[in-house]
Amino acid sequence: MSISKKDVEHVALLARLALTEEEKVLYTEELNAVLGFMDTLNQLDTSEIEPTTHVLDIKNVFRDDEVAPSMDPSQVVINAPAKKGNQFRVPKIM
Amino acid sequence: MTQYEAVIGLEVHVELKTKTKIFCSCSTEFGKAPNSHVCPVCLGLPGVLPVLNKKVVEFGIRTGLALHADINRRNKFDRKNYYYPDLSKNFQTSQFDQPICEHGALTIDLENGEKKVIGITRAHMEEDAGKLVHNGNTISVSSGSLVDYNRVGVPLLEIVSEPDMRSAEEAKAYVDELKKIIQYIDVSDCKMEEGSLRVDANVSVRPIGQIDFGTRTETKNMNSFKALQRAIDYEIARQIETIESGGTIVQETRTWDDERGMTLSMRSKEEAHDYRYFPEPDLAPIVISEEWIEEVRRQLPELPQSRRSRLVLEDGLSLYDATVITDTLAMADFYDRVRMGIDDAKSIANLLMGDLSKSLNELGSSVDESNIDPAHVIELIRLMYDGTISGKIAKQVIPEMLKTGDMPKKIVEEKGLVQMSDEGALEAIVLSVLQENPQSVEDYKNGKDKAVGFLVGQVMKATKGKANPGLVNKLLKEKLSLN
Amino acid sequence: MKFHEMTAHELSALMQQGQVSAEEITRDHIKHVEQVEPSVCSMVSKTESIALDRAKEIDQKRASGEVLSPLAGIPMGIKDNISTKGVRTTCSAKMLENYIPTYDAHVMEKLHEAGGVMLGKLNMDEFAMGSSTENSRFFTTKNPWDLSCVPGGSSGGPAACVSAGEVVFSLGSDTGGSIRQPASLCGLVGLKPTYGRVSRYGLIAFASSLDQIGPFTKDVEDAALVMETIAGYDRRDSTSADVAVPRYRDYLNQDIKGMRIGVPREYFAEGLEETTVSLVKQAIKKFEDLGAIVEEISMPYTAYALAVYYIIAPAECSSNLARFDGVRYGYRDETAEDIFSMYTKTRAEGFGHEVKKRIMLGTYALSSGYYDAYYKKAQQVRTLIKQDFDRAFETYDLLLTPTAIGPAFKFGEKSQDPLSMYLSDICTVTINLAGVPALSMPCGFVNGLPVGLQLVAAPFAEGTIFKAAHAYEQATEFHKKRPVLEV
Ligand SMILES: [Mg+2]
Ligand SMILES: [Zn+2]
Repeated sequence: MSISKKDVEHVALLARLALTEEEKVLYTEELNAVLGFMDTLNQLDTSEIEPTTHVLDIKNVFRDDEVAPSMDPSQVVINAPAKKGNQFRVPKIM
Repeated sequence: MTQYEAVIGLEVHVELKTKTKIFCSCSTEFGKAPNSHVCPVCLGLPGVLPVLNKKVVEFGIRTGLALHADINRRNKFDRKNYYYPDLSKNFQTSQFDQPICEHGALTIDLENGEKKVIGITRAHMEEDAGKLVHNGNTISVSSGSLVDYNRVGVPLLEIVSEPDMRSAEEAKAYVDELKKIIQYIDVSDCKMEEGSLRVDANVSVRPIGQIDFGTRTETKNMNSFKALQRAIDYEIARQIETIESGGTIVQETRTWDDERGMTLSMRSKEEAHDYRYFPEPDLAPIVISEEWIEEVRRQLPELPQSRRSRLVLEDGLSLYDATVITDTLAMADFYDRVRMGIDDAKSIANLLMGDLSKSLNELGSSVDESNIDPAHVIELIRLMYDGTISGKIAKQVIPEMLKTGDMPKKIVEEKGLVQMSDEGALEAIVLSVLQENPQSVEDYKNGKDKAVGFLVGQVMKATKGKANPGLVNKLLKEKLSLN
Repeated sequence: MKFHEMTAHELSALMQQGQVSAEEITRDHIKHVEQVEPSVCSMVSKTESIALDRAKEIDQKRASGEVLSPLAGIPMGIKDNISTKGVRTTCSAKMLENYIPTYDAHVMEKLHEAGGVMLGKLNMDEFAMGSSTENSRFFTTKNPWDLSCVPGGSSGGPAACVSAGEVVFSLGSDTGGSIRQPASLCGLVGLKPTYGRVSRYGLIAFASSLDQIGPFTKDVEDAALVMETIAGYDRRDSTSADVAVPRYRDYLNQDIKGMRIGVPREYFAEGLEETTVSLVKQAIKKFEDLGAIVEEISMPYTAYALAVYYIIAPAECSSNLARFDGVRYGYRDETAEDIFSMYTKTRAEGFGHEVKKRIMLGTYALSSGYYDAYYKKAQQVRTLIKQDFDRAFETYDLLLTPTAIGPAFKFGEKSQDPLSMYLSDICTVTINLAGVPALSMPCGFVNGLPVGLQLVAAPFAEGTIFKAAHAYEQATEFHKKRPVLEV
């Protein structure tokens, strides 16, 4: 499979990355090089193989429903690039 | 002219009533100061990991059982990836191809007395998003927003129906019944105005007789039952109009503007819908045992539909009365317990739906939050049966009982509210009332039966409401006919 | 010997005997850092004053008769993707240049409890993506054995720092070889524990299903000591294993007669340098001399590991790194007028080239229409790879392979050809896909540059690795050699 410049633009949109024209060209090239050797996987018939999400056989890891203290609200926004009071500020959404 | 029918499916999000969030130990309490219920985990700080709240799974199983759904013995969480500032990680941890519940059903009562089964496709667990406060009035004219992550990570159950509804009324009946069930099984408050129950409506229209579905739109932001009905009706009308005038329906998300009474498109040029779901590597799969399911099943209460039928078929109540009595689990349970002491369903229903509900409403309370037990009401009805008090006195006793929690007998005694049933004493009062109201006596003789009512009222007034009304009636009629 | 050339167990013994204080050791290391750091460039942030306070505290505790951990008073360094409360944690990224965590990672809590003295936060490839530390957004770290060579990556800072004697041990993270490859290139012992052995709570995630934290040390005994401290169950990490942690030091000084070691031939594929092959073969001979039974085996799915790794790791990273958006912490483009351009500009400027490439690769692999062909397929092949290991460990106690394809390479040598950089991970990525533990340790030198071998065991059999590694180390001299830095 190969990836087109248009694919790169779509993927960059999904991943919220602004790319320059030169970057689009460069990434198309570089991604194609990587995707090229991914094709080796197609040599394998995996139709009967379960995918591995967790390498350890884990299940039912739960927490009890007990409240623990939250952070001090002033600490919540301590690293915020923009804030008002104890809330985060973002530019307009639409 | 083409006749159209609407096809409606609903996605209902209910906030689960756990003490803590789904993946961290922050409190889920509503209405607190911004960002006061936030920790590194729900804030999505670099390096944090989620740990699942067991109660959320239990509530998921409970809901599944109440909706007659299959509980997936093995289910898992997935990440739903999209960017929005109310998400702290820019993905929502949700369930994709293996939800906790699938293939459920719920029965609604239609206006015409028939029943209709609405299929439930699935119910899955997920985390809620935070809250954005827009500068300016609405998102579209806002110059920026403030973000509060208190609600991020509050557990949600998203319940998705089949496209089985055909009108706004059916949609309302579905949400109404679903809400009742959820409240019965005590997994959510279902407060639409606080956002703990939110409905998204998928609406399409098609010419009657056509099998294929039309293109659907998804409408969000309906904050009341009324808004839900109005939005669906608007959307149906809009779609029919669009098609009739030669247009096509665009598959899109719309938002309900309650003030303007219309739905508006939410599309923006950047939006590309591809959530890139993949299994959440930071959470273990969930394996639900038969024992766990049975344990949850044992704790399930009798559900609204079944209670209604029982009250109609066994207790002889009207469907209307049965529906009102079973509206909340608390009232339905209260009724059942009073019923064990009093073998007169209709009287109990009348009292509960009438004077008791009225007094509770005035106090802004409900039967389970109040000062009284079923024993209070049993004693009250018995006092009425044995003639100690009248219905009129009961109206005075009930508020007092709710205020103090005292038993009716004690209130009646302390306040001297015992009914006057001494015929001799009443006779004297009746005679003096007749004497003081010759005009009413005259009216009665001229065939105005209503005059009796006035005279009864006068006797009651003179006895401060304590006179036995039956006896007063009897004595009045005797005296009037003698005159 | 100078303090900064000694191991943790040696320094600990001296402190216990009262021959030296933690403060003296710390001051000696701080002085050494001042001397060599300008040429090594391993530290993103230095924390000398906190370190001295900690060291004094340890000395007071010891004076009051408290029984202390062998790591008490030992200078250490921490890779800059491990969250340290109150101390800047950057991932060597512009995105997090000024981010100061409000909480400590699980491993930091453990190390603080043990009395470790942190001297600094260490350089790395941006967000741990790379094999040479050339992808740091701040500066490149040099290999102490040859300053014109890379230290490896992504934990190049942690490796160079220990190798140069700036700290006694360090913590790194390993997603596809990021501990073992730099350990090999810097002549150190580096361990990637079993997935789930060490809590990831507080490790800034790259690929959640592959990441593990592990130690860089000067010898095997120190690695055992650090693992005793940082390993163990943590309820804040759902993938942390509730498996008891053995006293790893009990595996040292043991006989390895009869130990069965498999050597998978697929790890000696083309691209591996001749000199490395010959050093690893000498090591095999040494293990046989020590009584181990070494046999060549086949692990047929090894050939697919790189492709699987470069799908799964980017896919997970594309989601893990979505949170860096300029809203809650980190870099933000201030010129953007709406949220969409704020996101896209912030991320375009805040991330470097390699990170953006992997985010896009992963986004593509998960996107609609490609999920089955890439992500799901990769997870299925991952199952086959894991089965290779399950089968091997039915017969063998350990596997022995090279760690890297060769010794340290020159700056710029591979960064011009991105694919060759990916291919250099060939011996290490398979281990992360299978979740098994593996250790790299020196097995010789080529032109004065160290070369490492890799020992791999079954899940939670770190003890077996320590046993074999220690036996080999005691029979060789490589671990005693230190780089000579012109200062
Ligand atoms: Mg949802
Ligand atoms: Zn929280």
